Amino acid sequence: MLNDAEFALVAREVKSRSGAALSRDVAGPAEIRLTPLARREGFATVTELISAARIRADGALWLSITEALAQSDTRFFRDKPSFQKLRADLLPAAIKRRGHERVRILCAGCSTGQEPYSIAMIVDEMRDEGVAAAVEIVGADFSEKLLDKARSGLYTQFEVQRGLPIRKLIAHFEKSGDLWRISDRLRGAVKFETHNLMKHPGGLGQFDIIMLSHVLSAFAPETRAEIVNRLTDALAGEGVLLLGAGESLPAGCDGLVAIDGVVRRGQAQRVAAVA
Amino acid sequence: MRRCLVVDDSRVIRKVARRILEDMRFEIEEAADGLEALQACRRQMPEAILLDWTMPVMSGIDFLRQLRQEPGGDKPTVVFCTTENDVERISEALKAGADEYMMKPFDGDILHSKFAEAGLL
Repeated sequence: MLNDAEFALVAREVKSRSGAALSRDVAGPAEIRLTPLARREGFATVTELISAARIRADGALWLSITEALAQSDTRFFRDKPSFQKLRADLLPAAIKRRGHERVRILCAGCSTGQEPYSIAMIVDEMRDEGVAAAVEIVGADFSEKLLDKARSGLYTQFEVQRGLPIRKLIAHFEKSGDLWRISDRLRGAVKFETHNLMKHPGGLGQFDIIMLSHVLSAFAPETRAEIVNRLTDALAGEGVLLLGAGESLPAGCDGLVAIDGVVRRGQAQRVAAVA
Repeated sequence: MRRCLVVDDSRVIRKVARRILEDMRFEIEEAADGLEALQACRRQMPEAILLDWTMPVMSGIDFLRQLRQEPGGDKPTVVFCTTENDVERISEALKAGADEYMMKPFDGDILHSKFAEAGLL
């Protein structure tokens, strides 16, 4: 397990790069997650990896350490109720509101892409059912490494068996050696952008729906409201932010109203956004 | 308690599946091939069947085709659990009446996820 000094240093460097807050009780799991990285980089131990990161001026090793610790337990269709809400209510409402204009959806903290591709499958199925849906899906994460995997559309057999019904697997994927590759159509339906949640998302444009599912728990309580407030700045007038199942609006999100995980601006904020 | 018939010629796989499924509150019966499974179903139809493909005496796919012809054989929810991982094989299983399909190797998380997909949880 990482000793106190090593852990404090890793926690500080991770927080400065991603904003994520590591708690002391993850020191053991952190070492397990960093061991493969240490080996890949040619170090015998995680302690050697951390020592090398301290003296390497370009910060590349710290970034790799942050990425190794940031990968969340994402899966296809994680939180079925959220996707049902999206399919039955939020997406049809946004399509109706937009008319012939494109609906924009952001998956904030999308990790290796399972969430945005799950949305792309839903949109694809809506089109098959005759819904004229012009939808742009953006997956955003701070880690280029995670986004590279997302862009590749390649997933292991374990990954495609978590949350993905078999009929969707054979409809949207093909075998590629030992891996499964998502169809070009779905790959082309999702755009992946580098974005750090500690920064304002202005550069990504405005969105009708923002998914922020099981991301906030990685951050310190005082940081969570800042992230939500920054993201809701990127919501179009009637847009919504969707939290993960069991997640609630953090304290300090004034002017926002959450019902059943769907966060909307309060009346006063909506008026201000339109103005 | 709901019953699940675990059909696999490997005793180790049956034991692993039994352990996971018992934690998911299923009562388990075991069969080592398709014919044994068919006999078990004729005695009492289970709610769920976890089914291997390649087995001696009668394969999983032959068992499934025959099961779906039996009185009450449309009732059990069948989840294939096999090393067969080609799209053609998966399609063949679904066409024969499988409800879900799981590729080996698997773990408790995948088994849980597949049973949830099949509406068994």
